[in-house]
Amino acid sequence: MGATQEEGKMATEGGGCCLRPFSCEQGLLSRPDGSAAFLQGDTSVLVGLYGPAEVKVSKELPDRAALEVLLRPKVGLSGVIERSREQLLRRTCEAVVLGVLHPRTAITLVLQVLSDAGSLLSCCLNAACMGMLDAGLPLSSLFCGVTCAIDLNGVIVLDPTTQQEQEARAVLTFAIDSTEKKVLTATTKGSCSVVEMQQCLAAAQHAADTIFQFYRDSIQRRYSKS
Amino acid sequence: RRRFPRLRTVEPLEYYRRFLKENCRPDGRELGEFRATTVNIGSITTADGSALVKLGNTTVICGVKAELAAPAVDAANKGYIVPNVELPSLCSTRFRSGPPGEEAQAASQFIADVIENSQIIAKEDLCVANGKLAWVLYCDIICLDYDGNILDASAFALLAALKNVQLPSVTINEETGLSEVNLKQKNPLIIRKHPVATSFAIFDDTLLIVDPTAEEEDLATGTVTIVTDDEGRLCSVHKPGGSPLTGAKLQDCITRAVTRHKEVKKLIDKVIKSIKPK
Repeated sequence: MGATQEEGKMATEGGGCCLRPFSCEQGLLSRPDGSAAFLQGDTSVLVGLYGPAEVKVSKELPDRAALEVLLRPKVGLSGVIERSREQLLRRTCEAVVLGVLHPRTAITLVLQVLSDAGSLLSCCLNAACMGMLDAGLPLSSLFCGVTCAIDLNGVIVLDPTTQQEQEARAVLTFAIDSTEKKVLTATTKGSCSVVEMQQCLAAAQHAADTIFQFYRDSIQRRYSKS
Repeated sequence: RRRFPRLRTVEPLEYYRRFLKENCRPDGRELGEFRATTVNIGSITTADGSALVKLGNTTVICGVKAELAAPAVDAANKGYIVPNVELPSLCSTRFRSGPPGEEAQAASQFIADVIENSQIIAKEDLCVANGKLAWVLYCDIICLDYDGNILDASAFALLAALKNVQLPSVTINEETGLSEVNLKQKNPLIIRKHPVATSFAIFDDTLLIVDPTAEEEDLATGTVTIVTDDEGRLCSVHKPGGSPLTGAKLQDCITRAVTRHKEVKKLIDKVIKSIKPK
């Protein structure tokens, strides 16, 4: 299966309310059932998906597929932060994957961080969704990840770089679902007021439209070619 | 009211739905009601600060030990706070003995994030001598009885234990350059903010119930934890996957969390006041 590459951009609306140029490549690995590489600016994550496949008896669930996520950092061994992110990604994917269609099976996602230039968690979320699309898993909805940073002046910056994240007062990452734009996952760093959180959420839901359009275009382009 | 014990074992979700329809839960609580919270401060005399928190049956103990170490090169005036949450096989059959599982590690990361986000302690306050000596606070949070809502209990235990910490005064001898610790002269730790965690379980994609028990957590389709501080600011919105929520539902959670913060703050202040000075 040949790899397909797609690029997307969000129209600049002024200030920090736009996403960095992002692109995605699907089907680039031959062994996994699904694979994708998602690039957001200079941040890139590669994901390989295996499943639904044979499961160990100790891990098997009688009525649904058992999902496992492994996140490997760019440098060093996996630590507590990776475990915490793995739990977050796993529970996000469990919410959308129709696991009841494949009971007593295992679905494994392996994510490898290729480069980290800010907004890593949202890049992982986007890569995971594209990987699941490539593998053809049954999903109840799609999701996308958006990171917002609130800088010291209270300005909201979407898809921040590493420097913007470090200088920010708070960094919020949301996973938005595609059917009703509800919040699937939320995680915050730093402290912010309730009003600011709601503003970030609104900005993330707006930015999610662009990403979902990109998913649609890239799948359409892929299947119209072959 | 009949209890349906067989239904509870065979169809737990159906059993719960019957109660939720009446806007209450099997243990008699309302959907927005917390379990009885008790806190006991200073019970471990070998630790520099300790607290035992019980949220219903969930029992969590936190012990803080202070040690001296050299500060990091890029943060010469800052000390360290190192939290660690342990879920030993003692507290529940779901945990096996051995290396920490995913839940324990995720909980440790959550507590580390709460400490970092809320700035509960200014790390500069832990510095003894710039570039040479600083305090390291090892916060060990151990669950003794797991009945759900471990994050709220751990955060509460940590806050209470830190309020109890007394650091001995340290002087650096000019001539020898060595540190001298005076155990007779102790100063309490300066707690700048009081972060309080409030957890919710999502049922059937729409219903939010506060302070879930272990049984409710297993049946839930998602969880949300909100950490607020004294001024009503959000220190953390922790929603790791699970059923999607609208912004409005999230706002309801935040409102309930702000109320809970006031209740917890009152409880901690009452306990601190009741401790007789040594």
